[in-house]
Amino acid sequence: MVCRMSINNLNSQNPADKKKKNKSGVTDLSLSIGASLICVLIGLLVGFIILLCINAENAGDGFLRIIKGGFFMAPKGVGNVLAQTAPLIMTGLSVAFAFKTGLFNIGAAGQYTLGALGALYFALVLHMPWYVCLLAAMIFGAIWGAIPGIFKAYFNVNEVITSIMFNWIGLYAVNEIMYKGILGDMYDLKTTRTYSLRTMAPESMIPDCGLNSLFKTRSTTIAIFIAIFIAIIIYIIINKTTFGYELKACGLNKDAAKYAGINDKKNIILSMTIAGALAGIGAGLYYLSGVSEWNPQVSTTLPAMGFNGIPVALLAMSNPIGVIVAALFVSHISVGGAYLPTKYYQPEIADLVIAVIIYLCAFVSLFKGVILNAVAKKRKTEDQSGVERKDGKGATK
Amino acid sequence: MENEYIIEMLNITKEFPGIKANDNVTLQLKKGEIHALLGENGAGKSTLMSILFGLYQPTSGVIKKNGKEVKINNPNDANDLNIGMVHQHFKLVECFSVLDNIILGIEPTKGLLLSKKGAREKVMELSDRYGLKVEPDALISDISVGMQQRTEILKMLYRDNEILIFDEPTAVLTPQEIEELMKIMKNLAKEGKSILFITHKLNEIMAVADRCSILRKGKYIGTVDIKDTTKEELSRMMVGRDVNFTVDKKTATPGETVLKVENMTVPSKMHSNNAVKNVSFNVRAGEIVCIAGIDGNGQTELVHALTGLEKMTTGKITFHGKDITKATIREKSRSGMSHIPEDRHKHGMVLDYTLEQNMVLQRYWEKEFQNKGFIKNKAVREYANKLIEQYDVRSGQGATTIARSMSGGNQQKAIIAREIDKNPDLLVAVQPTRGLDVGAIEYIHKQLVAQRDKGKAVLLISLELDEVMDVSDRILVMYEGELVGQLDPKQITVEELGLYMAGAKKEEVPAEI
Repeated sequence: MVCRMSINNLNSQNPADKKKKNKSGVTDLSLSIGASLICVLIGLLVGFIILLCINAENAGDGFLRIIKGGFFMAPKGVGNVLAQTAPLIMTGLSVAFAFKTGLFNIGAAGQYTLGALGALYFALVLHMPWYVCLLAAMIFGAIWGAIPGIFKAYFNVNEVITSIMFNWIGLYAVNEIMYKGILGDMYDLKTTRTYSLRTMAPESMIPDCGLNSLFKTRSTTIAIFIAIFIAIIIYIIINKTTFGYELKACGLNKDAAKYAGINDKKNIILSMTIAGALAGIGAGLYYLSGVSEWNPQVSTTLPAMGFNGIPVALLAMSNPIGVIVAALFVSHISVGGAYLPTKYYQPEIADLVIAVIIYLCAFVSLFKGVILNAVAKKRKTEDQSGVERKDGKGATK
Repeated sequence: MENEYIIEMLNITKEFPGIKANDNVTLQLKKGEIHALLGENGAGKSTLMSILFGLYQPTSGVIKKNGKEVKINNPNDANDLNIGMVHQHFKLVECFSVLDNIILGIEPTKGLLLSKKGAREKVMELSDRYGLKVEPDALISDISVGMQQRTEILKMLYRDNEILIFDEPTAVLTPQEIEELMKIMKNLAKEGKSILFITHKLNEIMAVADRCSILRKGKYIGTVDIKDTTKEELSRMMVGRDVNFTVDKKTATPGETVLKVENMTVPSKMHSNNAVKNVSFNVRAGEIVCIAGIDGNGQTELVHALTGLEKMTTGKITFHGKDITKATIREKSRSGMSHIPEDRHKHGMVLDYTLEQNMVLQRYWEKEFQNKGFIKNKAVREYANKLIEQYDVRSGQGATTIARSMSGGNQQKAIIAREIDKNPDLLVAVQPTRGLDVGAIEYIHKQLVAQRDKGKAVLLISLELDEVMDVSDRILVMYEGELVGQLDPKQITVEELGLYMAGAKKEEVPAEI
């Protein structure tokens, strides 16, 4: 019965919305991009104000460094941005993909952790080539994603709760395994981290194809291209295949999906498995590029890369291609934050800017309204003379 | 001159960007009259009432009360002007008593405590005066829909409202309850209340209204005196063409049994009782069997169990001689069962999908529409366009329109196109004309009969008495989860059917015909 009311509401409301779009000529895509840009601008503005508050004198310079991001220290900085972006694209895709099925994969961090274990185990202990290591990372992540999916599908346990639990279970388990060498010797007592791949398993490193010498860095590999390639594949899966059609139907309207004979249990599990696989690959791309080593002793923090996938997915509105851009932007700002003069500012200000932007993402639909109104107003003033003429005609009649 | 009108909405225009929902509409309500507001889906009735209720501001035009111009900025203003509304879906707190619901928002207090004594007296006095029988201390969840509606009316009267808006009040009532409501409305008018009555149902307008204003596509068509008009004229004004009320159909020639349901029992999600209790029936090829009943007597659960959306505890379903009790939804659909669901927004469509995506919702996995898992966009588009043309589904951007932005009638047409084009051996149609205007209803009834005439079986579940009587070849009445009567629409009267539906009459239903 409630639905019937909403039918009436929709009947009266929506033709208006639709026409709105038509008349103003603003497509949904450009509207979304415009709204995201407003978020970004306001976020940057808030960051600038905070810089001003902390230290007004250096605010201009600091702000410029954030804006410039990796370009502040080109080419090295740019290389770093790219190295950071690759795993971020993957965790962003992980969250975005689950979103499409109506699931909130907050467990990307845990899946990422397991992916790291898979990659490092196959590299440091088994000395496998890089693509096998990457595959291992993917499978480890997939398993860790599948478990909350199974719980959700068969026992209706909220995937958010399970994923959070599995983040910590994964983290402590992986730390223990690496520290104690349960699967083999991975822990370097001297550095208190896992062994460097460069010295211990160079054959497991993702090839750089000259990118390192181009950017004068050590860890800029083809990982970024792998990530972009996967993003495109995910885009195709979501938008062009029957599988994507089913996933989206489940996410948009579970009841209608069921009515259409779509197996929602299967789709929930598959969606979480693929999400986990994507996060796992993210860890693989990060550690197999040798960006850094795993530190099992810092055991109380989950890898930030896992969590940053959430803001990336939000900023991209779960569009896989958007994820590429959003991940680039977030890395760009973070690297820029690292270049802030530490005498005056903490590099976390970059995180703050990102946080503000993400927070504003919640207002995206509001900004969409703002844009539409602005466009409509402009049209109206343009049309005004015409309308008056028409009215005049009517009156004389 | 003494002002004749209590409320006047003069030359109201409401523009949403790009569309005029109301275009120069005038509505004048006389004191003490029952004024019907008639129009198709999306004709602008809701918008007009929302303006009167302060939910929208008109782009131009004025509202006058007793000849004086007023501004209604929000529902509180409307309340201050003594305008009250009984919404189509009651706004009652289920776990409160009738009395508590009536005084909710304007509770009489003594210090920090409620003092309901005076309120109770006032409610009882109103209840007596207008013949609105209620039990003041019963919980809303325990009383009948009719009494819930009377509670809503008392809510308005308790607030001393003079202008009462009834938004499709009869949709949820039994024939007997409808008759009682009509009496109450006439009573209220006699006592000087002015009533605005929004409805699709022409019979009710003819029975109760004094005058009727008609809207079509946001435009004001006219106001007529009911005593000078006919049903046919009203519908012509509403739709813009002649509408055929009686369903043209030949006598049914039922063939072999297509669907056989034996001893079906389905648990209820709402209470511990079973929603469907040991129900057996069958449907033959070339006939329309209608399950009639008041909303909430187990019809929904029966259909869900039949189509596979819900599990049943016991029972057997045989389709074309094959046991499909345990079959999945997809298997049932593949074997030739189509389902026009009761709730088009919940089950019938993925509203955020485009029209073309919705058109293949039951068939996207077929060879015709996919190749190795990739959807053939061109084939989907062509198929959608074919259905759109064939079934006259209207939408803003054709196949690429987002389903959400379509009108209810066209969404329903799209679903019907999709389900009928599957060429099913059994079509399960649940309230296929719910909330639609006469033009669309006429069309859908034709489609159901055409399906029957092709030798297909149709199982229709309907709450509308006219539909039950006109369309079906055989009626099964459902009451409290049981089948309480098998009737021939040619031999019974609406009143008799109503008695079965209300549980006042009962007979054994033979499982076999």
